[in-house]
Amino acid sequence: MNARFVAIKIGRALVTMWLVTTFAFLILRLSGDPIEILLGDQAEPEVIDHYRALYGLDRPLHEQYFKYFAGIAGGDFGFSLVDQRPVLTVIAEAVPATLQLGLTALLVSVAIGIPLGIVAALNRNKPIDRFVMIFAVFGFSIPNFFLGILLILLFSLWLRVLPSSGMGTLWHLVMPAITLGTAASGSLARFTRSSMLDVLNKLYMRTAAAKGVPRLRRIQWHALPNAAIPVVTVLGFRLGDLVAGSIVTETVFAWPGVGRLLVTSVSGRDLAMVQGILLMTAFTMVIANLLVDLAYGWIDPRIRASTAQG
Amino acid sequence: MTQAPSSGLADPVASAVRSRFRHRYPPLVLASAALIAAVLIVSLAAELLAPYHYTTQDLANRLRPPAFLGGPALYWLGTDELGRDIVSRLIYATRFSVVIAILGTAIGAAIGTLLGFIAAHFRGFVEEAIMMLVDAQASLPFLLLALAVLAFFGNNLTLFILILGINGWENYARLTRGMVLSANTQGYAVAVRALGASPFMIYSRHILPNIASVLIVQFTLNFPQTILLETSMSFLGFGIQPPLTSLGQMLGAGRAHLLSAWWIAVLPGTVIFLTTLSISIVGDWLRDRFDPTLRNR
Repeated sequence: MNARFVAIKIGRALVTMWLVTTFAFLILRLSGDPIEILLGDQAEPEVIDHYRALYGLDRPLHEQYFKYFAGIAGGDFGFSLVDQRPVLTVIAEAVPATLQLGLTALLVSVAIGIPLGIVAALNRNKPIDRFVMIFAVFGFSIPNFFLGILLILLFSLWLRVLPSSGMGTLWHLVMPAITLGTAASGSLARFTRSSMLDVLNKLYMRTAAAKGVPRLRRIQWHALPNAAIPVVTVLGFRLGDLVAGSIVTETVFAWPGVGRLLVTSVSGRDLAMVQGILLMTAFTMVIANLLVDLAYGWIDPRIRASTAQG
Repeated sequence: MTQAPSSGLADPVASAVRSRFRHRYPPLVLASAALIAAVLIVSLAAELLAPYHYTTQDLANRLRPPAFLGGPALYWLGTDELGRDIVSRLIYATRFSVVIAILGTAIGAAIGTLLGFIAAHFRGFVEEAIMMLVDAQASLPFLLLALAVLAFFGNNLTLFILILGINGWENYARLTRGMVLSANTQGYAVAVRALGASPFMIYSRHILPNIASVLIVQFTLNFPQTILLETSMSFLGFGIQPPLTSLGQMLGAGRAHLLSAWWIAVLPGTVIFLTTLSISIVGDWLRDRFDPTLRNR
């Protein structure tokens, strides 16, 4: 792979990570004194000074910034004053639950969205196409908190077949995964359809038909691989929606993941924890996007060429 | 439109007009536009339409079901846990949600368009810096940033609207920059520049009107996202705070009474869903009409 292409992508990812880190530092300092927020304005000045010195908040701003930056580079994301534990430890405990939910939702959206998109494209402008497109618009217009509540009402309160909250058995996973996966499957169906239509209109598809390749073989070997490339990239970029969706979905279903941890930390004003989650999520997403970019460049030589030219 | 003749012999011209009309304005799009109009009218005329004020309590009539489920005729969509009329609360909540979303989307459009012009005008380092910010924002889920800012600064209405405004600016910046760069090389801009017009004149009087249609379409695509962001945050308890109400806040508060009074949560949820659905449908239709590259899809 072209070294310049890789260098540009990695450089951009590093700049984004630096921007987010600086942003987190700035809002923490702009928002006032974290010690006063924690102790309240009734605290004795000596106590406040003591804690301020303890956490290095009495040092000049640029010194604090470098110390903070060095800490993050070394994996120190701070200490939760509410939990009395390192932020990273608490987040690490919540990550498996979020991954379980997120990956299942991704699987749900792929299993529903891609086949629907293909079927719609192959039956363009027929009733089944319209039906799929209506499902897609429904899927990404319904707010996930509302879908979650409707599912709870139907399956937990009225039919009493699924647990409404918490984590434990596979049954607990069903409703959160459907809630989180529906929006993604809608947009994925739409995107797959338009990507398929692009390919189906290409001249090489006509050539394949003209030389007598059977329809199923044409679709399987000529259309699908070409249509898959943009779909894979979009899947990577949809990661952000999945993360945002998991904040709401985990709260609705009391799923003990990072999203719910964020919401409780914001409510409890546990600033170090909020900052830690912001940074960890941002870093994960930037790295995921970088990998998708690199994978895309590797699959599709045209991307590499266009970047190398500037 | 002409009245359809009742006999089998349809007037061919009228029928052609009708089919053309139906092709250009599909029934689904018309229905969605009607629903959007209804939402706007309800928001404008909340005082006239609401039977009660949204904070008026009737503690003797708490958690009453809607009239069609056997509730009192006085409150035809029932009451909440404080005996407040759900119809009235829905009307005012719709107003708050719509007004806040319009303000938020407009702020984002203004900031993004301005930055897009600045990037296209100055090029070089300024452009690099702005596009880097665009990339940074586009690579992060905005809900996360919004919650972080609210955690640090505490909650107030102005900050909340500003946060909604910052959501989505990157779309306008990216679009505007690209269109201004291409417009700058086109005949009309070159001609006006040769006549001695200042850059500000060229941008505000000549280029902006030319690219406005694309920006307006982007506005309709962003607007439902702003509504969803507002309702999500209010649902989580970080947006609109009581005694003010919004659709998301109603839904969030109704969650505690799902078993005894499901309508408190389901009704505002339905309004949010139908509103965002309609705007998405109309926005898609507008985009298809304004974007020639998408024709024949």
